[in-house]
Amino acid sequence: MIRRNTIPFGPQHPVLPEPIQLHLVMENEKIIQALPAVGYVHRGLEKIAEKKDFIQDVYLAERICGICSFMHSQNYCQGIEELMKVQIPDRAKYLRVIWAETHRIHSHLLILGLLADAFGFENLFMRLWKVREQILNIMEKTTGARVILGVCAIGGVKRDITPELGEYVLRELDSVEKQLPELMDSLLKDYSVKQRLVGVGVLPKDKAHELGAVGPVARASGLRMDLRETGYAAYGDLDFKMVVGEAGDCYDRTMVRVKELYTSLDLIRTALKRMPQGPISVAVKGSPPADEVLARIEQPRGELNFYIRGNGTRNLERFRVRTPTFANLPALLHQLTGCELADVPVIAICIDPCISCTER
Amino acid sequence: MTDVPKFNKSPWVVHFNCNSCNGCDIEFLACLTPLYDLERFGILHVGNPKHADVLVVTGSVNHRNSRVLKNVYDQMPEPKVVVAMGVCASTGGIFADGYNVLGGVDKVIPVDVFVPGCPARPEAMIDGVLKGAQILEAKHSGKTPLAEKNVITRTPTPVAAPAAQEKGASHA
Ligand code: SF4
Repeated sequence: MIRRNTIPFGPQHPVLPEPIQLHLVMENEKIIQALPAVGYVHRGLEKIAEKKDFIQDVYLAERICGICSFMHSQNYCQGIEELMKVQIPDRAKYLRVIWAETHRIHSHLLILGLLADAFGFENLFMRLWKVREQILNIMEKTTGARVILGVCAIGGVKRDITPELGEYVLRELDSVEKQLPELMDSLLKDYSVKQRLVGVGVLPKDKAHELGAVGPVARASGLRMDLRETGYAAYGDLDFKMVVGEAGDCYDRTMVRVKELYTSLDLIRTALKRMPQGPISVAVKGSPPADEVLARIEQPRGELNFYIRGNGTRNLERFRVRTPTFANLPALLHQLTGCELADVPVIAICIDPCISCTER
Repeated sequence: MTDVPKFNKSPWVVHFNCNSCNGCDIEFLACLTPLYDLERFGILHVGNPKHADVLVVTGSVNHRNSRVLKNVYDQMPEPKVVVAMGVCASTGGIFADGYNVLGGVDKVIPVDVFVPGCPARPEAMIDGVLKGAQILEAKHSGKTPLAEKNVITRTPTPVAAPAAQEKGASHA
């Protein structure tokens, strides 16, 4: 006998770190439809941005999301700099890359850990987060804060990385890299872990394209899209290589993230080596932005878009945020349809959902 | 670590993410992992509010999640304490002006400990949870809790409606 049930999943749920609610329509153990219910973390941030000064909005933008905070402020600053025609010093561009990539590493380690927790491997979760603390230490040493850095400003950055600090960063990165292989082997080669990941939540390439997936979700399905290839900030000079998967299942999404950890480590090392001397910021002159711009950046979760429109006053006229998780939600719903209830946490975490930034 | 209080019970913690930017959330999760390791105090992170003694809330409340927060709170057995992590949970923080934001968690449920910071540092969070555990201990033994402000009224202060109207009026 087939029975139809609707199960509400979230917003407060033991395995789901993020407050999203999914209504799962089930037929026995199979999900036939998944519907998201959102609004639990809506803060009205876009409207608050209009009330504040456009310079204060840097700090507001940073608090769109606490996990990739630096990248939000970087994107906002890049947008405003484009509007006000500010040329920032090269050293600032390199410093931005360094902090952005440390954020990517800590974000990927975080989600890999949560994934381990979701399939019941708590030990791995703890160990991944232990490594992540070293990355946070780097951020704390270089900027003074652990997650919300507050070092990005319009016209450059606010802190410099001295040669001694650079040495320290390199040492820490080496130590992180030494610990990674063992952990990554348990993620990618372990028999029981593979049982939970391979072939689960498949998103074929054409579907990924059609549903507008971005970031590691799209790359795991074989789509070659990574904004870092466009060479914004200093990425153009850093020999960046994109990581792509092919199968589009949870395993490939995990693998893409694991490989990106190594790319990011390399990017930071190269950036530290090639960073030119010079000032770290320029004074911003001229009237407030009066035009519109679409700022884009590659976040750990994919492409982040800001639409910024000024009207010549100190308050913006419109600030619109489109985060990568928002773009990935249709892909998530597609993957959930037809899967089993027990796989929901793994599939949901594999798109690396960040609901706080999606709902702003 | 000499002045760490002794607990007769091991306080179990449930975490609810209201309206936060995730900054405080991941810092609270970091408290549970090996470097900070809240579990060394016998504190256990559980998913079910019915098992928990301490409710940790991050982020401010809005019209939509206030009901869920109250549900979670009501499901916890007495005695219980609430710890508000970060300025968002304490006052609304940077988002206090939002049209959708009611303010701190204390608008919906009584709060025992406020932890400042944006995000609060893990050390401060641990301190907050330990303070909460002390208050819990005092409530268990029937002693008056530490400060007058910390006394929990048995019936949670009726919320949303008046607060929401005020807020709405000031924005209109
Ligand atoms: S207090 Fe700061 S870090 Fe914490 S949730 Fe609020 S904005 Fe985010």
